[in-house]
Amino acid sequence: MSGIGEPTDPTRLTARGMARALRAGDLSARELAEAHLDLIERQDGQLHAWLSTDREGALASANGADALIGDARRGANAGDADALAALPPLLGIPVALKDLVLQRGRSATAGSRILEGFISPYDAHITERLREAGAVVLGRTNMDEFAMGSSTEHSAWGPTGNPWDLSRVPGGSSGGSAAAVAAFHTPLAIGTDTGGSIRQPAALTGTVGIKPTYGRVSRYGIVAFASSLDQIGPFGRDTRDAALLLGAIAGRDERDSTSAPIPVPDYAAELPESDDEAAGLLRGARLGLPRQYFVKGMEPGVEARVREAVAALETAGAEVVEVDLPHTDYGLATYYIIAPAEASANLARYDGIRYGRADRGRDVLGDYLATRGAGFGAEVKRRIMLGTYALSAGYYDAYYLKAQKVRTLIKSDFDKAFESVDALVAPTSPTVAFPLGARLDDPVAMYLSDACTLPVNVAGLPGISVPCGFSEDLPVGLQFIGKPWDEGRLFQLGRAYEAITAGADWRAREPSGLSDLPS
Amino acid sequence: MATLSRRDVEHVAHLARLGLSDEELARLEGQLNHILDQYAVLAELPTDDIPPTAQTIEVENILREDVVTPSFGVEEALAGAPERSGDYFVVPAIMAEEAG
Repeated sequence: MSGIGEPTDPTRLTARGMARALRAGDLSARELAEAHLDLIERQDGQLHAWLSTDREGALASANGADALIGDARRGANAGDADALAALPPLLGIPVALKDLVLQRGRSATAGSRILEGFISPYDAHITERLREAGAVVLGRTNMDEFAMGSSTEHSAWGPTGNPWDLSRVPGGSSGGSAAAVAAFHTPLAIGTDTGGSIRQPAALTGTVGIKPTYGRVSRYGIVAFASSLDQIGPFGRDTRDAALLLGAIAGRDERDSTSAPIPVPDYAAELPESDDEAAGLLRGARLGLPRQYFVKGMEPGVEARVREAVAALETAGAEVVEVDLPHTDYGLATYYIIAPAEASANLARYDGIRYGRADRGRDVLGDYLATRGAGFGAEVKRRIMLGTYALSAGYYDAYYLKAQKVRTLIKSDFDKAFESVDALVAPTSPTVAFPLGARLDDPVAMYLSDACTLPVNVAGLPGISVPCGFSEDLPVGLQFIGKPWDEGRLFQLGRAYEAITAGADWRAREPSGLSDLPS
Repeated sequence: MATLSRRDVEHVAHLARLGLSDEELARLEGQLNHILDQYAVLAELPTDDIPPTAQTIEVENILREDVVTPSFGVEEALAGAPERSGDYFVVPAIMAEEAG
C-alpha cells in the first residue's frame, strides 16, 4: 500500500495537496478525477459507498478546471503574480454528495424507494456554491433512508461497509460519504447531521466531520428530515480539508430563511500549517469534560482512548475541567419526539401525485396508502408513526410540547457550561463500528448510538469529530462541541489535537478491509 | 404514560396515510410501545414554568424587497409528475360521478 503524499497515487493526497499539485502543473484535474473514479470502479462492489457516479459530468468539470488552471499558469508565467491565488479554492478537487443534495438533472433518492426515478429540477444552494468553488462532483453516496438511522443499513439500496472491516457498519446516516472519504474514493464529501449523522460515521470510519451551528449552511435543496435539527456539513481526512469544504458552502442564502446573516470566517486559512504553531493553540484553552457523556454502555476501549486524548490536550497546555450537563439523560427521549414529529410533517409531501413513486388504490386515500405503504421502509414508517402520534389530538402536550420544554433545559445546560469554558470535549460515539445487522431489530439500541451527539442538535450547536486512535482495531472519535457560530474554534482544536498526536503510531494506519481488484 | 393498542396503531397509521400490512401493524405495536416507554422519563421533570424552544438560533425576522423574480415554470414543476394532463397533475376523482 502506498503512503500518503506519494506522487504516483494522487488519491492519497489531502485536498490541499491536490490543490497545490494542480496549481504547480504536477497533476491535471482530469487525471485526479479519473484516478478516483477508477478506484471507485475497482472497489465499490465491495464497499457500496456510492449510489451513483457521474464520470461524464465529473470529467467535464475537471476539463473546465484544467482550462482555468492553464490560463492562470500562463498568466503567472507572464508576470501576473495573483493569477493562481485568484483561482477558486476547490478548483478541480473531487467531492461526493450525500444522495439528498439536489443536483439539477440528476437523481436524488435520499435512500428511499419513494424517490426512485426522481430527477431534481433544480440545484441545492450548496450544489451552486460547490460549482462556483470549482469542485468536481464525482457522484452521490449511500445513506439511511431520509437520513433516519445510525448505520446506513436503512438504505433502500442495501448497506455500506466500513473500509476498516467490511463486516461492520460505517455509521450513519451519512455512512456512504464517510466510507468514501475513509477509502480514498474522494478527499471530501458532503453529509447532513440531524442527531449525529455526520459526527458518528466520521468517528466510526476514522475521518473528520463537523456539524455546523444550525443556520450556518443553507438547507435549500436538501431533502428535509427534521427542519429544526438538520444541518449540512463536510467530511475530510483531516481538519484542514474539512475546514476548506465548510468555508465553500457556509453563509446566508435568501432561500432558507433560517440561514443566518453572520459572516463566515476563512476557516482553512486560520489554521496553522506547522504542528508547533497548531499545538500552541491549546495553551490556555479552557475545555469542559461533560461527566454525563461517559454513558452507560460505553465500551471501555472507547472511554480509554477519549480519556487519553483529554490527557494529551492537558499536557499540551489546555485546562480541562469536568462540567455537568444535568439534562443529558433526557436528550434521547426529547430528540426521539421532536425529530419524528418534524419528519412526519415533512414526509407528508410524498403523495404519489406531484413527483416520486406512485401506486394506485381505489381512490385518493387508497393512492396515498398504497404509495406511502410501499415507498417507505420500516424505519421511516416507524418514525412517521411516532411523530404522528406525538402530534395527535390529546397527546401534543404530553409529548411534543413537553419535549420542546425539555429542549429549553438541555440548551440552558450548554449555555451554563459555556460561561466557564470555551468548548466541550467528549466521546463522539459510545462504541466503535458494530457488525452489520447487530442493531437492526432493536430500534432503541440503534438510537443509543447517538446519545453523545444528539443533544448538540437539540441545542443547535456546532460539533466536530476527529479520530483519536483505535479500539479493537477500529477507529474511535473525539468530539469537540462549541458555542453557536464558533466552528472556527472547533477546527483549531481539531487541528491542535492532530498536531500533538502527529507522531503517534496509530496515525499511520490505513483501512485494510478493501482489496484493490484489477479493473 | 399511554399504551398503544392495536386499534390505536391502526388509527395513527390512518392519520399518517400509511398503508400497513397486518404483520407491520403487529410489529409496530410492540416497537412503538417499547419506544414510548423510553419517553416516560420526561414525565418526571417538572416543566410547568419552562418555555418551549422551537428554534435554537436567535435570528430576527429578515425581510427582503417584495420584487418579482423568475420562478419555476410549468414544465419543470410537472417534469416529475407520475401522471399529467396538459398543465395539470392528475388525481383520482374525489367525488363520485353521478349517473346521467
